[in-house]
Amino acid sequence: MNRFAKLFAALDQTTKTNAKVTALAGYFRDAPDDDKLWTIALLSGRRPRRTVTTTSLREWAAEAARIPLWLFEECYPIVGDLAETIALILPPATRTSDRSLTHWITEIRALAARDEPARKAAILDAWDQLGSTERFLFNKLITGGFRIGVSQKLMTRALAQATGHDEAALAHRLMGDWTPDRTSFHALVEADDPAAELSRPYPFYLAYQLDTAPEDLGPVTDWLAEHKWDGIRGQLVLRGGQHFVWSRGEDLMTDRFPELAAAVDFVPPGTVIDGEILAWKDASPLSFSALQKRIGRKTVPKKLLAEAPVILKAYDLLEWQGEDLRATPLAARRTLLENLIEGLPNTAPIRLSPALDAANWRHLAQARAKSRALGAEGLMLKRKDSAYQIGRKKGDWWKWKVDPLSVDAVMIYAQQGHGRRANLFTDFTFAVWDAGNLVPFTKAYSGLTDAEFRQITQWVRKNTIDRYGPVRAVTPTYVFEIHFEGIQASPRHKSGIALRFPRIARWRHDKPIQEANTLQDLREILASYG
Amino acid sequence: MAVLSVTPEGIYCEAGGFHIDPWRPVDRALITHGHADHARPGHRRYLCTGPAAPVIRHRLGQIDLDTMRYGEERRIDGATVSFHPAGHVPGSAQIRVAVSGEVWVVSGDYKLEPDGLCEPFEPVQADTFITECTFGLPVFTWTPQAEVAQDINRWWADTVAAGRTPILGAYSLGKAQRILTMLDAAIGPILTHGAIENTNEVLRAQGIALPATIRVTPDTDPKRHPGAVVLAPPSALGSAWANRFGATSTAFASGWMRLRGVRRRRAADRGFVISDHADWPGLNAAIRETGAERVLVTHGYTAQFRRWLETQGYDAQEVETEFEGESLETAEPDSAA
Ligand SMILES: [Zn+2]
Ligand SMILES: [Zn+2]
Repeated sequence: MNRFAKLFAALDQTTKTNAKVTALAGYFRDAPDDDKLWTIALLSGRRPRRTVTTTSLREWAAEAARIPLWLFEECYPIVGDLAETIALILPPATRTSDRSLTHWITEIRALAARDEPARKAAILDAWDQLGSTERFLFNKLITGGFRIGVSQKLMTRALAQATGHDEAALAHRLMGDWTPDRTSFHALVEADDPAAELSRPYPFYLAYQLDTAPEDLGPVTDWLAEHKWDGIRGQLVLRGGQHFVWSRGEDLMTDRFPELAAAVDFVPPGTVIDGEILAWKDASPLSFSALQKRIGRKTVPKKLLAEAPVILKAYDLLEWQGEDLRATPLAARRTLLENLIEGLPNTAPIRLSPALDAANWRHLAQARAKSRALGAEGLMLKRKDSAYQIGRKKGDWWKWKVDPLSVDAVMIYAQQGHGRRANLFTDFTFAVWDAGNLVPFTKAYSGLTDAEFRQITQWVRKNTIDRYGPVRAVTPTYVFEIHFEGIQASPRHKSGIALRFPRIARWRHDKPIQEANTLQDLREILASYG
Repeated sequence: MAVLSVTPEGIYCEAGGFHIDPWRPVDRALITHGHADHARPGHRRYLCTGPAAPVIRHRLGQIDLDTMRYGEERRIDGATVSFHPAGHVPGSAQIRVAVSGEVWVVSGDYKLEPDGLCEPFEPVQADTFITECTFGLPVFTWTPQAEVAQDINRWWADTVAAGRTPILGAYSLGKAQRILTMLDAAIGPILTHGAIENTNEVLRAQGIALPATIRVTPDTDPKRHPGAVVLAPPSALGSAWANRFGATSTAFASGWMRLRGVRRRRAADRGFVISDHADWPGLNAAIRETGAERVLVTHGYTAQFRRWLETQGYDAQEVETEFEGESLETAEPDSAA
């Protein structure tokens, strides 16, 4: 664990990409194969199954630290991370240990078969022989969520440096449905394995938000424009008579969307399609909330299948007749995709995401303005001669989203932030007017500068009128412009509505609270876009 | 009648007709130390310890300032006051106020670990103790200064070896001088930002020993000081001022660096956990040693700390003040004046 802790510290102590790659590559050169495999697994979001509940961890940690549980619970939101909170409050270890990362992971997994007192004894024993960084990592292995500022891309680059393998080939190898139990470092990184190849998706190509005027992109004829659909990005992989559905986060979603199984009947093996999974009825998408009901489900009840059936809105063809097409220009890939989909019957669960015809950028701007009415979030602009690249790259693919929906609201509650902003008031509740009362309707976080957060923090301290635990009610004084991407009816909320992706756009110093919007205004937005 | 109460101007002693660290202009202000949230301009008369006076004069200019020795007692109308070392920055004090046999102590800012720079904290018996609790949660425990000194010096040496210039952000009064005493001058020279060097000059003039430093001026050529470490206020990190040093490794020294999330927000390469405020064990020990039955908590995690003190059998209350604790932000608390 010491080696892994040193790697973690080195990664955590720098903001420079090159230094991170160097540290990781050094680790991949020296560490034992088992540890390397687990490190790749952890950094690509694969972690051991949880064998101890977080409730037990909290209780044992508070007990070891001799503090009441409520005080532990007060610390957690301020630290912002459970594993770290535990590591920080525990008394110093009395012993040391030089056991490996793989040893501790094995130990943690073995707890599954043991009873609660044995688990507790094992955890306390581990805490008592690990240094502070190692303790934090040990806790992370149990609780999951390794986010240490290393993207999969960066890890892959380091692995390529350390092994001498091609980076793109490695990225492809690391995709898919592997776990450290069912493979080895050699099999994953070095050996040829046709079975693993079968299900493997391609690394997704991701677009940036357009940050210039579209005219700056050059002639409109160089670009393919289509709607930006508001669903789940997915790859449909058809090989060897089977089908696999992958999310952008590399979750295998095949069983969640059984409708897509029918693709095997119509599309030949050796095909990989990139597109958006949408809840779809007749000729148009259902709202995102319909799709949301499907997301959390591993198996889907019949009623839900009928209520919110899904399709794949296809926009790119990455493999055809077993051949990797990613280097082929987009225009040629599109032609193949269009031919493929044209030949499908209406019952097939795949539809084409149509290209928008436009003689000039003004036409596209008009199409963008209307896209919300079609259930889309704006447009996608893709350069016709572009290859299908890996990860987020600037230049060839752009998101050109519609302007967000907007409302002016009054801040009425404030709460201190977590982690990064532990000492500032950053979490606010906003209200709109309804018959002379301020009705809370949303919380919103990001969007202000650090200087504004400091200013509001000082103001909140002096203008608190009531306290409910960590929440402070403040004198209604300030109006903020809140942006959001969607709205839906919600009987659970007092206001009767819920917003999608609300955030603070700006502080309206110029507006008195009387000029904030009303609940009726929100209901009208709901009627138009809900 | 309470010995002290909180008024819109600040902590007030009615029997003595004075305020302690007031945040609005008053007739008579007793000042615990020179940080800007405690020593503010605009009062008619000031009273502080002898060693706190030079910095306060430096910052506030022409003021009517009287001083007392640590432990000396003085009668102000119906109250008896004295100043006692708080271990926070040079000259910093806790202020003891006795009225008709009842003793209240205002902690100001304080820490328990002797730092080799300022007068070490001394516990004072009190009936009521008004304490800061900037770091009043059990996640805040400091490592001994000697260990942090090793980490800082290793970072300095490693950074120089990697061909970069180390720049360390620290507040110009207190933290910066404390770090100066921790640096290993065998590694290389120490360059200082003007804001820090101004404070250094004031402290040296009053007889406080600090290692040799070189002030960075517009003419300073970093190449002429190979192997140097640079000490600067946090606001200078990542600013145009820092550009002259070329490739750098930045670090920030603060108690908040104990939290990984905060370290990452600062976007410095390194965070060293070092604070001039008491950590959790320090706060608890200080309160215990006063023997106070009643504890008033202010600036920091007051709600949580008050509840904790209640479980420990104290009569504990929160008081709202305008002190700022250890600021994390680029505007440091001592730059306002
Ligand atoms: Zn202070
Ligand atoms: Zn203070």
